[in-house]
Formats: sequence, C-alpha cells, structure tokens
Amino acid sequence: MTESTAPTDPRSPSGPSSGSTASAKEKMQASLARRYAAEKRFQAYGIGAIILALAMLVTLFVTIIGSGYTAFVQYTVRLDVTLYPQDIDPQGTRDPEVLARADYQGAINDAMYSLFPDASGRSARRDVRALVSPGANFVIRDMVLDDPTLVGQRISVYVPLATEFDQILKGNIDPAVTMRTIREASTGIPWSLPPGERLISENQGRYLQQLVRQGEVEGSFNRWFFTNGDSRQPELAGIWGAAVGSFFTLLVTLALSFPIGVAAAVYLEEFAPKNRWTDVIEVNINNLAAVPSIVFGLLGLAVFLQFFGMPRSAPVVGGLVLTLMTLPTIIIASRAALKSVPPSIREAALGVGASKLQTIFHHVLPLAMPGMLTGTIIGMAQALGETAPLLMIGMVAFVVDIPATPMDPSTVLPVQIFLWSDSPERGFTERTSAAIMCLLGFLILMNAAAVLLRKRFERKW
Amino acid sequence: MKDEQHSESAQEHAYPETTAGKPTVEDNAKVSARGANVYYGEKQAIKNVSLDVGAHEVTAFIGPSGCGKSTFLRALNRMNDTIDICRVTGDFRLDGEDIYDRKVDVVQLRARVGMVFQKPNPFPKSIFENVAYGPRIHGLVAHKSELDEIVHTSLERAGLLGEVKDRLDTPGTGLSGGQQQRLCIARAIAVSPEVILMDEPCSALDPIATAKIEELIDELRENYTIVIVTHSMQQAARVSQRTAFFHLGNLVEMGDTETIFTNPEHKLTQGYITGRFG
Repeated sequence: MTESTAPTDPRSPSGPSSGSTASAKEKMQASLARRYAAEKRFQAYGIGAIILALAMLVTLFVTIIGSGYTAFVQYTVRLDVTLYPQDIDPQGTRDPEVLARADYQGAINDAMYSLFPDASGRSARRDVRALVSPGANFVIRDMVLDDPTLVGQRISVYVPLATEFDQILKGNIDPAVTMRTIREASTGIPWSLPPGERLISENQGRYLQQLVRQGEVEGSFNRWFFTNGDSRQPELAGIWGAAVGSFFTLLVTLALSFPIGVAAAVYLEEFAPKNRWTDVIEVNINNLAAVPSIVFGLLGLAVFLQFFGMPRSAPVVGGLVLTLMTLPTIIIASRAALKSVPPSIREAALGVGASKLQTIFHHVLPLAMPGMLTGTIIGMAQALGETAPLLMIGMVAFVVDIPATPMDPSTVLPVQIFLWSDSPERGFTERTSAAIMCLLGFLILMNAAAVLLRKRFERKW
Repeated sequence: MKDEQHSESAQEHAYPETTAGKPTVEDNAKVSARGANVYYGEKQAIKNVSLDVGAHEVTAFIGPSGCGKSTFLRALNRMNDTIDICRVTGDFRLDGEDIYDRKVDVVQLRARVGMVFQKPNPFPKSIFENVAYGPRIHGLVAHKSELDEIVHTSLERAGLLGEVKDRLDTPGTGLSGGQQQRLCIARAIAVSPEVILMDEPCSALDPIATAKIEELIDELRENYTIVIVTHSMQQAARVSQRTAFFHLGNLVEMGDTETIFTNPEHKLTQGYITGRFG
C-alpha cells in the first residue's frame, strides 16, 4: 500500500472526490493493521493449542511409560532343579500327556530348600517356597515338554520370583509396607487383615537379600508377558491371549466390514437412484455412525447370542458386533472417496465406450481405494480400541488359554487392560501400562501400514 | 425464409422458426438430428434443433457460453444419459440408425462415436494403457502384438508417437497439456470410431499446442467425421468445413464455414462473429 495506488482514478473524474480518496487510504491502512493483528492473534492461538496438545501427549506418554516400563523386566531366581524320573514319569513312557500333568512343584521346592539349608520348620519353609512364583511349575513343565530328555537330569533354570519380591526389587513397593496399606490405597476400601501384617515376612526379606547377595537373582526380559495369557499371578500374566483375541476379532471385522462397506458405498454412490428411500438410508447410515458403541453390544447380545445362540466370549461374535459398529465409518469414508474421483475420469472411460460397471471397477474404484483404505483403517483402529460392546457379549471373562480359533473364548487387548486396571496388585498396575503401550504400538503399526499401502497405491496410479 | 426476414425486422432478436442458412446436407449425412430437444429438469437447453453432420467433414459448433452447443454434442453419443435429470427428445440418427432406439447399445454407440473432452483427461495410467484400454474392453485384439500395433498406429495418427515412443510405460498424466490432449485423441481413435466429438479440445492449451491439435484435426478428417465445439471463431474458421451457430438453445444459423463467416444471413450470427456480443 504505497502512494502508487492512492491517486484518484483519472478515468472516473466524476467518481469519489479526491478528499474522500485520501481518507479511504487512511481507513484502509487502519483496517490493514487490524487485519494483520487478527492474523497474528490467530496464529498465536493455533500455536498455543498445538503446544497444549503436545504437552498433554507428552504427559500421557511419560505417565504410561514411566509406570509401565518395569513390566518388560522380570526378576528371576536361578534354581538347580533335579527332575527325578520316579516323580515325574514313573512309567518311563515320556508320554506328553503324562509329562504335562506331572507335578514339578516338589522338584522346585527341593531346589529352594537347598538354597536355604538353615531354614527349617514349617513356617520358615513356607516362606522359602513363597519366594518363587507358583507359575515356576509351568515354566519347568514347558521346558520338559519341549525336550523330554531333561527328565532324570539336573538342570539350571531361571524361574520367576513371586510378584511381591519382583516388585520390591524393581523398587515399585517398599518392603516395609503392609498388604493393608496397598489394598486400601488402591481400592479405597478398608481391608480386613490384621493391622501390621506385612506383605512379606521378615524372614522372606532376609532370604531375598541373601539371594541377591549370592547373585542368584537376575532381572531379565519378561518373555512371559508376551507369550502368556491372563493369570491370577501378575508375574505370569501376559497379553498374548488378548492379542490373539484382538487379532481374530479384527480379522472377522475386516473380512466382513470392508467388502460390505465398499459394496454398499459403491451401490449408494454410483447405482442407487436418488429418491426418498436412498435419502432415508443415507440419513440412517450417518446416524448409525454416531450411535454409542455399547448399543451395538446390546444388539449383539440380543441377536447373536440369544437369538442365533452363538458362543459367548468368542472373537467371532466380537467381530460381528464391531462390524456393525465400523460399517457406517467405512461406508461414509468410501462414499466420500468415490465422490472425490474427478468426473473427467468417468467421462473419459464412458467416452471410449466402457460400460458403467467397467468405468467403476477399472477407473473409479482404484482411484478411490486409498481413501477407502484410510476409512477402513480408521474404522479398524476404532474397533481395536473398542471395549464397551465386547463387555456385553462376554469378552470380559477371565481367560487363561490362548484362543486357537475365532470360536474359542477370549478377550481383547483393551478389555485386558480394563481387567488388569481393576486389580490392586502393583504387578498388575505396571502390566496395565505395559499393555496400553502395546495397544498404542499396534495402533501406530496399523497406521504406518495404512500410510505405506496408500503411498504404494498412489504411486501406481 | 421470407416470413423470418419480416419478423426479424419487426423485432431484431426474435428467433427464427427455422434455422437460417443450410443446416442439412443432401447426400453424405453421417449424423443427423431432427427436432431435437434436451431438457435439464424443467429447463430446456436445446430447442427444436435439426441439423446434419456431413461425413468426412469437420463441423464446428459455435456460440456464446450456455448456448447448448456442448449439450447438443453430448446428445450425439448419449453422454447425457449419465445425468439423471437430463431428458432428450427428437430424432437422432447415425448412418440412418436411431441412436436413442431401445435396441441400441450405448456402449457400442460410444465406440462408434468417440469423444475428446475440454480438459485433457488421460487415465492415471501409463501412456500405453491409456490407448490400449479402449481396444481391450471392446475385445478388438486377440493378442499382445495386435494391441501394440493399435497403440502405435493410434499414437502415430495423433501425432504423438515420436514424442513418447521411448516412454510408453510412463504415466499419461505426466505429459504436457497439449500432449495429454493428443493422447486423449489417440485413445479415442484407438477403438476406430466413425465420428469423433470434440468438446472445446483446445480451451486449456497454449497457442502452439492448439496449432498442433488443429493440424491434427485437419488430418483426421480423411478417416473420421469430426464435430468440434469451440469458443474460438478463428479456430472454427480454420478447421471446419461447416459451422453451426447456437444461441440460447436455438440453432440460429448453419452453413458452409466460409458463408457463415463472410456472409451470415442472420443478424445474431453477424453480431456474434463480429464480436458485438458473446
């Protein structure tokens, strides 16, 4: 805005007088300053909002990682276990069935007693036994099942410590703290243990110190967290069962919702006549996208479980319910993607004599695919994080076994997080955070896959 | 004709009952329309138009924006069918065959009457695929070598082969605007149409690219019948043998290009070609 624009227009002498032109210039400058100020303000708001959002994100990550990273480490104790054939496999058949049902606890106990020769008497021995996780039994059983020749040998094996000792070594709980304090702190409900009863006995504290001094205790990568299903013992509880359940659920959801959603979108967008019926359908689909997800859970309970008698807690039913939930998202995104394909492409195809179906399948659909995939991934991510509708169809059950098929009872990652967050033990608290990290990791992976897939498509077309 | 002259003197902008000039041809009509009307919902976009397009001629449709020339062009290969609210009445014939007959397959019709659009719209595929698509979907080729041949001849006829023969597998969308439009022409002629409809094919191109396309149109006339809609009167004068002037849905005047541009019968035509309105 310099003088060059200010002079009166020579072509219109009858226009505004030169006096009013000068004031127009001043007015314009004043308004310009206001406009720039408004722009600056708006930028400041934007930057402020982004900083705030980032700060919240950082807080979230710091909190979750801070309380959850210890779950990836498990303290173990080295035991020299002698597997006497007469205890484990008296007949000597080495039948996996027999080996699976055999009792390895005796061998573990013997190994523990040998570490503390001075611990005599029932209560001292009980304290010694309690140092090791009750799940050590299964650790050794699995080793033997993998390699039956171990029977009859003396093996050196690291077995998990019981969760209290694990948590003490991680520094998550103070050994002096009582069970009562922990329960009350986490639940807010007065706990009816006798006051002063400790989480661990004095003897156990001594034993633990002795083990650490002797170098028998080792903190190592917690593989059980990634290979086990749920468990009552925190040190044995893992996410694998829930992860497999989530996988089956999403598989069913994807297999149903993607083809149905895309087909519905193509029909509504390309073939359906524009009349009152299609309007009604469109409004309904848009409304369905906003229906609270628990309603779909109720529907699943009433229709799939009650009416069709499908199995409770099964990923296949979860997948069906989540399909209902994801369909509107996919249909809406797919229709938007189809709409965004330039009409010139359709005309070009029709112009060389392609039929309507050929136009859609050869040209429109491939161009819309990246957008459809984005919608589908968003829907899948929603489904992966969904908890409420799955509670209604019984996927909230305590399931220890890893599901082998979508028909087996199972839970899913977010429900597993929900279940663990309900448990007062410190071992479950850290696992809750660790499971959240895994869930977020899966979401990031899914999104990365979607981006890659889209890039691929876009390059090809 | 006499009546018309009278009414015109009474009211300058009155429309003729019949079209001025010579809208029909005697013996070599390739496409003919009689009493054609096109409606978009309530609005009538084409009002009772009758004309012939001569074989192996370039016929230009000129007229101000919104006069219905593109609409009429799109009626000739039933591209208007894709618009829900569009309704076409009247008699359209290609080689004497009613193209709006129930028995006519619109897919086959569009293979016979190809189209080139205003904005170059190559498929987002390779140059080769762009040209090969038409022959492939119509099942014109039995094996790869035939397809190669069709693609090469089509590109050659469109005057594009020399520029792209080393990069047939690169995307068609990576070409320049003029090259893209010639690619679209190659795509149209790959299915061996009889008529090629061109809807302002040069409006998005620079003068050099335009000159190339115009040259191409002149060459294509030997083998194809061409109808071109254009905003440029110079272009119409340069490339066409016959010209039709549309105004507000009416076919005001049609005749030999030379006559239209040098000695128009109708006042509106005169006004338009001398640039007094439009």
